[in-house]
Amino acid sequence: MARAELMDFDQALELFEPVLGFEVHVELNTKTKMFSDAPNIFGAEPNTALVPLDLGLPGSLPVVNEQAVRYSISLGLALGCSIAESSRFARKNYFYPDLGKNYQISQYDEPIAYEGSVEVELEDGRLFTIPIERAHMEEDAGKLTHVGGATGRIQGAEFSLVDYNRAGVPLVEIVTKPIFGAEKDAPELAKAYVGTIRDIVRGLGISDARMERGNLRCDANVSLRPRGQEKLGTRTETKNVNSLRSVERAVRYEIQRQAAILAAGGTITQETRHWHEDTGTTSAGRPKSDADDYRYFPEPDLLPVVPSPALIQELRDALPEAPATMRRRLKADWGFTDAEFRDIVNSNLLIEVTETVREGAAPFQARKWWTGEIARIANAREVEPGTLVSPHDVSELIALVENGDLTDRLARQVLEGVIDGEGSPHEVVEARGLRVVSDDSALLAAIDEALAAQPDVLAKIQDGKVQAAGAIIGAVMKAMKGTADAARVRELVLERAQQ
Amino acid sequence: MSEITPDVVRHLAGLARIGLTEHEIEKLTGELGAIVDSVAKVSEVATPDVPATSHPVPLQNVFRPDVVGDPLTLEQVLSGAPEHDGSRFKVSAILGEEQ
Amino acid sequence: MSDLIHKPASELADLLARREVSSVEVTQAHLDHIEAVDGDVHAFLHVSDAALATAAQVDAARGDGARLGPLAGVPVAIKDVLCTLDMPSTAASKILEGWIPPYDATVVRKLREAHLVPLGKTNMDEFAMGSSTEHSAYGPTRNPWDLERIPGGSGGGSAAAVSAYEAPLALGSDTGGSIRQPAAVTGSVGMKPTYGGVSRYGAIALASSLDQVGPVARSVLDAGLLHDVIGGHDPRDSTSLPDVWPSFADAARAGLTGDALRGVRVGVVKELNGEGFQAGVRQRFSETLELLAEAGAEIVEVSAPHFEYAVSAYYLILPAEASSNLAKFDSVRFGLRVAPEGGGTVEQVMAATREVGFGDEVKRRIILGTYALSAGYYDAYYGSAQKVRTLIQRDFDAAFAQADVLVSPAAPTTAFKFGEKLDDPLAMYLNDITTIPANLAGVPGIGIPMGLAPEDGLPTGLQIMAPLRQDARLYTVGAAIEQLLEARWGGPLLRQAPDLVAGEMFAAREGAV
Repeated sequence: MARAELMDFDQALELFEPVLGFEVHVELNTKTKMFSDAPNIFGAEPNTALVPLDLGLPGSLPVVNEQAVRYSISLGLALGCSIAESSRFARKNYFYPDLGKNYQISQYDEPIAYEGSVEVELEDGRLFTIPIERAHMEEDAGKLTHVGGATGRIQGAEFSLVDYNRAGVPLVEIVTKPIFGAEKDAPELAKAYVGTIRDIVRGLGISDARMERGNLRCDANVSLRPRGQEKLGTRTETKNVNSLRSVERAVRYEIQRQAAILAAGGTITQETRHWHEDTGTTSAGRPKSDADDYRYFPEPDLLPVVPSPALIQELRDALPEAPATMRRRLKADWGFTDAEFRDIVNSNLLIEVTETVREGAAPFQARKWWTGEIARIANAREVEPGTLVSPHDVSELIALVENGDLTDRLARQVLEGVIDGEGSPHEVVEARGLRVVSDDSALLAAIDEALAAQPDVLAKIQDGKVQAAGAIIGAVMKAMKGTADAARVRELVLERAQQ
Repeated sequence: MSEITPDVVRHLAGLARIGLTEHEIEKLTGELGAIVDSVAKVSEVATPDVPATSHPVPLQNVFRPDVVGDPLTLEQVLSGAPEHDGSRFKVSAILGEEQ
Repeated sequence: MSDLIHKPASELADLLARREVSSVEVTQAHLDHIEAVDGDVHAFLHVSDAALATAAQVDAARGDGARLGPLAGVPVAIKDVLCTLDMPSTAASKILEGWIPPYDATVVRKLREAHLVPLGKTNMDEFAMGSSTEHSAYGPTRNPWDLERIPGGSGGGSAAAVSAYEAPLALGSDTGGSIRQPAAVTGSVGMKPTYGGVSRYGAIALASSLDQVGPVARSVLDAGLLHDVIGGHDPRDSTSLPDVWPSFADAARAGLTGDALRGVRVGVVKELNGEGFQAGVRQRFSETLELLAEAGAEIVEVSAPHFEYAVSAYYLILPAEASSNLAKFDSVRFGLRVAPEGGGTVEQVMAATREVGFGDEVKRRIILGTYALSAGYYDAYYGSAQKVRTLIQRDFDAAFAQADVLVSPAAPTTAFKFGEKLDDPLAMYLNDITTIPANLAGVPGIGIPMGLAPEDGLPTGLQIMAPLRQDARLYTVGAAIEQLLEARWGGPLLRQAPDLVAGEMFAAREGAV
């Protein structure tokens, strides 16, 4: 549906109540795969991280990765879930060339974690509780590359190439219950929910959680029901949403699209829809039908997972703070106002700022750099700030400023050097020769030149109009190309004027 | 009697990705009908109070340490491939879409 | 030295250990015999071209004083369901024709580590689906007792190979009787271990919760020797039991001491000796029970009321698991690819490949299994079958409370003629009635010769079953019964089999007349 045909968002909300649901897949960062001892690595040469099971070779058998189970339990606990006394794996049978065995080992009626909730904070600070239905373990599929045809998409391709390296990478799928009451916040809530899941798994250290790499993937379910109606509307499931911003946009789009159809007397088809980042629209995929008969049955090659109460307690004790708790604590520790703190959270920079503070920077400085200069560059380059520079480097940069080795202006140049891969802040300072000039004689020479050029200003200073010194300081800073410390220049100007 | 009809067989063959001729479908409809009628007797004794057994010998928590083993070489990986491009398996166009 | 092929593995092992013969001589003798008779028997799908070199290495290692296993240098045939690095592994299917796996099954690795000499890969029903080896994509194996008859299945190749003296030992796999039933109809010995006693890693799966790899031999002791090599825990198979097992060869030897049967409670399963069993089979079975009683065993009748549901449960569980296990044969990563005329989508290529690559029985069972698992039918079929499994386990528990071992005929009839049951799948399925309960419950079972049926002069087999993990008991009791029966027969039953090579000699002599 073209954007012009969508219903206005506010009007859609007047007529309909949106009901949301999410399925978030988290790739675990174990060393090996879910059921095989092949390496779990990103970016290897195609088909070089495989053992017979990953290819579905005849005779191969799965064995469960203990670390993946521990990670899954930790995640379940962090989601406030109950951990199943006994859970087991099932086979989900369907043919697809990226699936070596033509069945996916997943959990079906007995997931490892069930019934939890996650507290999510909206931009204005309101809290929203998302009910979690279950979190279960499963394996990822391989990767298809479609060749021929115009777009590299599946339609019109002449043939496809299969790389099974990703096949068998451990996943936890987190499924929410239907989410009511989000109303006009629905798109923002979607973004905040996925962001919270990302923060949780990063906090646990169990996933790299990089959406652009597919470590974290979100399928967003949206349905609308007319105001006053009890029965839920037909839902669609939007896939291929691979950034927080896209999650928000996709949910907004689906609400507007469905509202336009329903208001015109049409019906919603229960189907998978694909999000297109470039156009900001979704397109229809496969309709859900009887053909989705996955013939689940208990995986006969694997045995039940029965975690001991001791193990669950051990993992519970090791849980980091929940994001909401951590935020309250950090805000107090750092002494920020609500607005200052929310600024960090809303920019999705809490982890970066926290890390930078942990590296030794003052909270105020860490916040300033991340939400200021770094966010500006990230925005210009259309990437996530966290991918540009490490908290360690930012902390080092801040220390250079604090020590007086760099001015803010110089520090911005150093930051650019770091982002462009020239090395650590110290290395960039050395290579570019950007250190603040602390040699007074060089400064005095420039000051004398400026005073000589503007005798009227000198006179004013000598008359006690100290603020007039600004013109001299500006000229000196310009002459020194920013490598001077303005405060020191000011001191020297005032001294010189009195001589 | 059994609910196996030629359409059911056709549908099952589709799910199982097996091409069948009309003659085979007809033959299988009869055979499967007879087999299903015979094996359906399991429901006579499978009362709700009887638990299901999926593994003959009960075991639980069989795990593997998270330690990398020896992966196959690319040559081994591709050794049985009907078609490949030197590093990836090649298949003809896919009718459906991304799963 | 040509008589080497008639010696049991235990004796060959002694001769090799004493260096009275070399492994090369033993291996060559078997290769020569395969060359001579396998054109008729067709027990092998592939004969190894590395066997003599392997034998020479074993001889050299022995010459160097290396510590070798008890069966070092003894040849062994391997059912084609097992993955082997140096030989094609096809499970007798067209869809895997020529496929050479990049890895060895754990049991094959163990054979190599114990310095046995793999002779080749034996024929079977395609993907082990069948009871006659008529469902091999590469033509049937013939029963050495009568070349017009089936050798049993699915492991007809392994059973025929040992009973035709082409190999002293073989590996089989038993999902519903594929080791024990061929043993019965060929006059050989076959053991299905406790589920999880032997690794399934590298065994091309038929029904994962039923499959077990086991030894095929001409004596109980030989089977025990081979079981000792292949058994034990394998971390690559989650269902592999972590138990420490006793020596099964020692257990068999304990059965040969003369008094092993005294006081043993032998349970006769009422439901496995009724109508539909051939008269000669029933006669030999009751004679065997008399012999056991004479030897001091206590014969008790036990009832297993749910065994009558076993075949039905089995023919739901097996096809269901098989339909999923066999989904991997899709023409993408290995095996056959058949493109429809003019190309086609990957879905069409998969369907065409599976249409051409799978035989009728495989298609039949995959479709049956797909049905049993499909939405709306799961509870009635697969779910109910799993409940029957529980009931059968309870029957076994009750029976083993009364008896140390259970006995029945290993097959209801002697070997039938080719084609006799091919068009009636249900009749073929019912042939497994005696062997299936053990697979459903996971308990061990052994098949040993029980004499020739008077009406057709063909072998009958005795099945002995024990509780879970009590495999050793079967070797002791089995060896003791074997000794009693052989004393009555004046030697192994197989001595009464027609001599395949002699047959050719007679033909030549007649030609000379």
